[in-house]
Amino acid sequence: MKLPWKKLPEQIRRLAVVSLFLVVLPFIVRSILVPSDFGKYGHYRASAVDEIIAMEIKYAGHQVCYDCHDEEVESKQAGVHKNVSCEICHGPAAAHSEDDEIELIAPRDRDSCPLCHEYLSSRPTGFPQIVSDSHEPMKACISCHDPHNPKSEKSTECEACHTEIANTKSLSKHVNIACKECHETPDAHKTQPRMFLPGKPVNREFCGRCHAETAPSDKDIPRIEMETHEEAYVCWQCHYPHLPEAE
Amino acid sequence: MKKNLPNKSQNVNRRKFIKNLVLAVTAFSVPAVLTAKEQLKRMQSWILGKDYNPFDHYWGMGIDINKCIGCGRCADACKQENDVPSEPFFFRTWVERYRIFHDGEVRVDSPNGAVDGFKKQNIEKGKVTIRSFFVPKICNHCDNPPCVQVCPVGATFITPDGVVLVDSDYCIGCRYCIQACPYGARYIDPIKKTAEKCTFCYHRVVQGLVPACVEVCPTQARVFGEVKKKASPLVRFMRMNKIGVLKPALNTEPKVYYANLDMEVN
Ligand code: HEM
Ligand code: HEM
Ligand code: HEM
Ligand code: HEM
Ligand code: SF4
Ligand code: SF4
Repeated sequence: MKLPWKKLPEQIRRLAVVSLFLVVLPFIVRSILVPSDFGKYGHYRASAVDEIIAMEIKYAGHQVCYDCHDEEVESKQAGVHKNVSCEICHGPAAAHSEDDEIELIAPRDRDSCPLCHEYLSSRPTGFPQIVSDSHEPMKACISCHDPHNPKSEKSTECEACHTEIANTKSLSKHVNIACKECHETPDAHKTQPRMFLPGKPVNREFCGRCHAETAPSDKDIPRIEMETHEEAYVCWQCHYPHLPEAE
Repeated sequence: MKKNLPNKSQNVNRRKFIKNLVLAVTAFSVPAVLTAKEQLKRMQSWILGKDYNPFDHYWGMGIDINKCIGCGRCADACKQENDVPSEPFFFRTWVERYRIFHDGEVRVDSPNGAVDGFKKQNIEKGKVTIRSFFVPKICNHCDNPPCVQVCPVGATFITPDGVVLVDSDYCIGCRYCIQACPYGARYIDPIKKTAEKCTFCYHRVVQGLVPACVEVCPTQARVFGEVKKKASPLVRFMRMNKIGVLKPALNTEPKVYYANLDMEVN
């Protein structure tokens, strides 16, 4: 009644135990080290995919903005910015579309538009570009261009004819003073300019309205004492009014 | 003589053998077919039970060099969407400026990956630029990805819908894949110390959104879609343009397709 196992010589039995252990060991080690879902779909851990797709979405996509902001969308769809996605300028908006307490940015300064519109020789020909140093450097882009529906219309105001003066004034602190503030202009000047000439300032007091010691103007504006400051001359004999900074 | 005559009993044996063989093969393959079906069913309910079946899709990207204005909004959006470290050197996508001069010199730069856009750069007097353009770069999600081949632990892989992903829990940070990628698309995450790369925004794609870089591209220089389906923006893109890929000689079979690619680009 001897078991076949017992019939084997002693040394073979011992060796068999050792070899069995050596054969089984890798399987045990493997089952501990390799995650249970490894190889489910391929040579990788299946749950890795679930972890990756569980990531938070930050850019909601332009369709989501369209649900609430009818006015901006309508104007944007009508113009050349129609394919410029809202989140380019206003930042990632997934959180904002869940909870409108979370406010987004609106880039009103002159830094953001030139990212796309500053002239670079590497940009494709035909893309609308400017040189921002000379393109109305004192004003925000959005003071002339509606960011949602920008246009580059030619002006029909004074600068249409007085381009050189307009360009000069655009570099000056006087940039925000309208032409008509200093030149009273009859409407007919636009159609018959030499027949109906606009007015010009005539005395020192005109400039004094802003620059006199007592003038009720912004406190950052430079002041002079009207009685003692070069009293024999009118201002524009020394200061060029369209660019008073010029030496 | 007798031996050469047709032997009835022998014939029966052969027939029986063939019959048994067919039966045995069928019997053995039943479990295999069943488990394969089971497997497929499981696959179909893959991904959080959403109606997204990776076997129904095959993703790729098109990039039109002639449309890119080098604004770098793609590089910026990618960093924000995917929490990529803000320091330079960590990019999942970036934009290069190519300038080709009359004397044959080619200059390529990508200041901070174009996250802050490009600035005008003066060139030396007498140097004549003959061509200049921007090239957005990204992981090519190769059909034959060298990075997947070299990974010693199986931490990087290609999904059934053709996206190359990294399992950052399983990655041991050995950097083999970074060496193997001919496109420089991978980096080691400075905090996790594991390999990272573009995922085609897989978390967005399974939800039916396009990748962040495609969402924000103002000129539609980037196109995302199915490589194989007829009604895909990408298929249309490939039909309408002459298409090139980066480093075709390496046989990596990229799925990022460039239109109007210059010979100098690599
Ligand atoms: C359809 C997509 C867009 C939506 C839904 C949207 C929505 C809005 C909203 C609700 C405001 C606030 C208006 C206010 O405060 O008076 C705003 C302002 C602004 N947006 Fe957008 N926007 C979109 C696209 C863009 C784009 C593409 C740009 C950049 C090119 C842009 C640039 C601005 C700027 C600069 C302002 C401030 C305007 C001002 O103060 O006059 N927006 N937008
Ligand atoms: C609020 C800031 C911005 C202003 C004031 C502005 C202004 C303009 C203007 C004047 C045009 C040309 C309109 C025409 O030709 O009639 C234009 C076109 C365009 N802009 Fe902007 N822009 C701004 C920001 C941006 C940004 C940040 C981007 C890119 C991310 C961008 C992308 C475009 C595109 C793609 C076009 C259409 C070009 C074409 O189809 O020819 N813009 N913009
Ligand atoms: C940095 C801010 C600004 C940007 C990025 C910008 C952008 C542009 C662009 C892209 C064009 C179209 C050029 C083309 O069609 O080739 C344009 C034209 C124009 N812009 Fe601006 N602009 C800015 C500020 C302003 C300001 C503040 C004003 C008004 C004072 C202004 C007035 C005009 C006018 C009148 C045109 C049409 C005339 C022309 O084509 O030369 N812009 N601008
Ligand atoms: C409201 C906007 C305008 C203002 C404030 C303005 C202002 C002036 C001023 C101060 C003068 C000089 C008058 C003088 O020398 O006594 C002038 C002359 C003139 N302006 Fe205008 N102007 C405007 C619009 C225009 C327009 C739209 C045109 C073109 C149709 C135009 C065409 C002329 C011409 C041809 C002269 C005569 C120049 C000369 O005789 O040397 N102006 N304007
Ligand atoms: S697809 Fe997503 S992860 Fe890849 S480069 Fe674009 S934004 Fe970045
Ligand atoms: S967002 Fe589009 S246009 Fe701008 S750099 Fe990227 S690919 Fe080029």
